[in-house]
Amino acid sequence: MNDAALPSFGPSLDPGSSFVDLLRRVAPHSVSGESGTGGTVAPVDVTHGTTVLAIRYADGVVMAGDRRAVAGMTIASRRIEKVFPADDLSGIAIAGAAGPAVDMVRLFQVQLEHYEKIEGEGLSLEGKANQLSQLVKANLPAALQGFVVVPLFAGYDERRDHGRVFSFDVTGGKYEETDFSAHGSGGVHARNWIKASWTESLTGDEATALALRALFAAADEDAATGGPDLVRRIFPTVARIEATGFQALADEQIEQLADMLLGGREEGAGT
Amino acid sequence: MTMPFYVSPEQVMKDRADYARKGIARGRSLVALESADGIVIVAENPSRTLFKISEIYDRIAFAGVGKYNEFQMLKIAGVRHADLKGFNYSREDVTARSLANAYAQTLGQVFTHEMKPYEVEILVAQVGDDPEGDELFHILYDGTVMDEEGYTVLGGQAESIVEVLETRFQAGLATADAIRLGADVLSGADQQPLPAAQLEVAMLERAPTGRAFRRLRGDDLEALLAG
Repeated sequence: MNDAALPSFGPSLDPGSSFVDLLRRVAPHSVSGESGTGGTVAPVDVTHGTTVLAIRYADGVVMAGDRRAVAGMTIASRRIEKVFPADDLSGIAIAGAAGPAVDMVRLFQVQLEHYEKIEGEGLSLEGKANQLSQLVKANLPAALQGFVVVPLFAGYDERRDHGRVFSFDVTGGKYEETDFSAHGSGGVHARNWIKASWTESLTGDEATALALRALFAAADEDAATGGPDLVRRIFPTVARIEATGFQALADEQIEQLADMLLGGREEGAGT
Repeated sequence: MTMPFYVSPEQVMKDRADYARKGIARGRSLVALESADGIVIVAENPSRTLFKISEIYDRIAFAGVGKYNEFQMLKIAGVRHADLKGFNYSREDVTARSLANAYAQTLGQVFTHEMKPYEVEILVAQVGDDPEGDELFHILYDGTVMDEEGYTVLGGQAESIVEVLETRFQAGLATADAIRLGADVLSGADQQPLPAAQLEVAMLERAPTGRAFRRLRGDDLEALLAG
């Protein structure tokens, strides 16, 4: 890519308002996953992010993720972040191969902002989810080699005035969840925990507490999911998305909440 | 037998410059002013949807006068340049200076090599942490770049507006004062200041992080203009 000159294209090659198409024109190898050759399975243990979840409540959506990344049987990171803002009104959480996933988040964030700046107005929430679905689909060759990325997308739909949650499969399939979803190695445990107490009338604080408890429950059962680390004071990442925008909870706030919730029902399972 | 006409390079350049200037003079003007809280850009523009001022990146804005389709194309190229650079390096590495140079290159190339020069003047503004860090690059149809201090005016009536600003502009204006001053000088001497419906106003806020660009319109703008 030539940094000094402005990018210019003939009418038939113009990438329009899509940053991904722009990147394909000027630097085809930068688009995550598309350079995969397919076929053989990667013999390496790449870093994997584990459990993430999203829960809809009365005024929006809460997204949360544990902080552990594993490579095979080794803990690769204790402090990885898996929940990111996609734009003002939506967030993305990632499970799967951490490298390509973080790349995908970066590309997705730029894609949404780029569209907004070129068109003068942002995409609809449905439009954003479809864009993400295309990115996941583009990652399929790499997924077949073992670098699977499955994001969770949630946001506040301004046109419908409520929060929405979307999950994706490896092929880019997009599925809207009515109330909540959880992905990754501990996803099943988290989902069951949420299912037992989710109600339509949850408040933001209740949904946040439920998200934390579900993550703790998942960490209790799944070795690849990080529980609250009381020695190093590491707690899950939590963000809320309401009509006012994406709001990541401050570390102290999560720590306080986690301290309060610890020693609850999980203890019953212990011996 | 016919002989091709000989036209001297001086004449060619002069004709092109005259052509571009005439095109620009037909449009309405635009002013950018540094204020205490950021950079304020005020344009005379009755349209609610066809913008002259746009966001390029976190701290960078673009504004153009002249032919709409031409500066719109330059704006899109600028957004692409900035987003590619930010994606390949980091968000901090996207600067108004490098963007202004890229614009100058393109406009200079078009001016000398194409049939018709662009009939535009553009502004690339970047807000700094303090007023000393603010940057205003004013770029002409032939690729000439001017690094301006305090304020700059684009468009056909630029000279007369600059004369007024020379006496009325002060460093460290409040946002509302800067917007009123902009609206005032755009309307010309002895005229009523332009109403909100005739103005397009945007600013780059001096915020510590994130996207600094903000449009001011509707009731917010009315209130600011009323003071």
